[in-house]
Amino acid sequence: MDNHFDSIIIGAGAAGLTAGIYLSRAKVSTLILNEGTVGGQLVLTHEVANYPGVEHISGYELARTMKQQAMSFGCKIRSNLKVTSLQLEGEIKSVEINNKETFTAHSVIIATGGKSRMIGAPGEVEFKGKGISYCATCDGDFFQDKEIIVVGGGNAALEEAVSLTKYASKVTIVHQFDHFQAFEHYIDEAKKNEKINFIMETKITQFMGDEKLRSVKLEHIPSGDLTEMKIDGVFIFIGYVPNTESLEGIIALNPNKEIIVNSNMETNIPGVFAAGDSIVKRFRQVTTAVADGTIAALVSADYINNIKKNSEVLA
Amino acid sequence: MSLRTNLTHIESLEDHKSVVENNENVMVCCGRMGPMCIPVYDVMEELESEYTNIKFADMPFDSSDAKVIRDLEECRNFAGLPFTVYYKNGKVVKATSSIQSRDQITSILDEQFGK
Repeated sequence: MDNHFDSIIIGAGAAGLTAGIYLSRAKVSTLILNEGTVGGQLVLTHEVANYPGVEHISGYELARTMKQQAMSFGCKIRSNLKVTSLQLEGEIKSVEINNKETFTAHSVIIATGGKSRMIGAPGEVEFKGKGISYCATCDGDFFQDKEIIVVGGGNAALEEAVSLTKYASKVTIVHQFDHFQAFEHYIDEAKKNEKINFIMETKITQFMGDEKLRSVKLEHIPSGDLTEMKIDGVFIFIGYVPNTESLEGIIALNPNKEIIVNSNMETNIPGVFAAGDSIVKRFRQVTTAVADGTIAALVSADYINNIKKNSEVLA
Repeated sequence: MSLRTNLTHIESLEDHKSVVENNENVMVCCGRMGPMCIPVYDVMEELESEYTNIKFADMPFDSSDAKVIRDLEECRNFAGLPFTVYYKNGKVVKATSSIQSRDQITSILDEQFGK
């Protein structure tokens, strides 16, 4: 593989793949470098029912189609790698992967997306898959007639709490605030479900067990009181954090570590664009990621054309 | 019904026996086509060309014959898909529950089977 491209996209979620489709179709040589599975958060979505033009599709199928579409136009994709160094200043940008290969390009689109936020309490990593889960549709049936906790107060937490009552005998929603952030209808559904009860203004400070999760330590935030609660499982839905750790000090981020862009998806560095869940924005949806990726690609293509034209004039 | 991956499919007890007995090093991911399982299949597909000394296979979690994985002592406390089991010379040497990253998987492969 030639190591120079017109554009490098970092991230192969909905935003990155969309940018790859647009750029490749416009005959802009494009390489997508992806740290995880192609599809990003989209692959983690069991069913997408609000993508215009497609009534019902799994996130996996939608991502796979986007990948095939990008590749059909000539886009190169490398996945499950580690970006180890970034040089974004100047007309030629470079991206090193796995401490051994370096790729260069005139423009870079950052579409690194986000990942599920973890609680960060002791025992969380140890008991993942042994009582702790981040996917109700995947693991709900392991908790038939068991007592479980759902952590969170947003739409995902309330919706999944209701869906988990199909399996669990009792679902306790633990939330750090005294009110929920979810839409009213999700809250109403949860409140009228007899299997669901609520513990507000409380957080989990420790997961405990032996070969599997047995109990959690709860802290009532206003009083600081600690209690232990025996439990069979904990499902965690407390939002997402942007994948921007490696960009700190390189590109402008806001205090939430989200990439600052203008309406053209331009960052503070000329030739560097950003799109999708890693940028500053209110609504993180497949459709908004696709829109961001489209804009970033089109503006990036203009930028690359101008650079090439200027080079020809100077030559 | 087999899973939609490019891995070797194990669909029966006989398939399982054959794969485990005829290969020194085996990694079997037993799951569904769900959000926690697909990333593991994806990593396995990529590792096939890198780890030629290992047989990479999948097995549908909901098939009745998948009890050969589900009922393993090593999986007794598992409550998260996929169940991933590593065999050396026909014996289970490691098992993990739920999604695993490429780094986590290669770390196990290097430790158990050598690179």
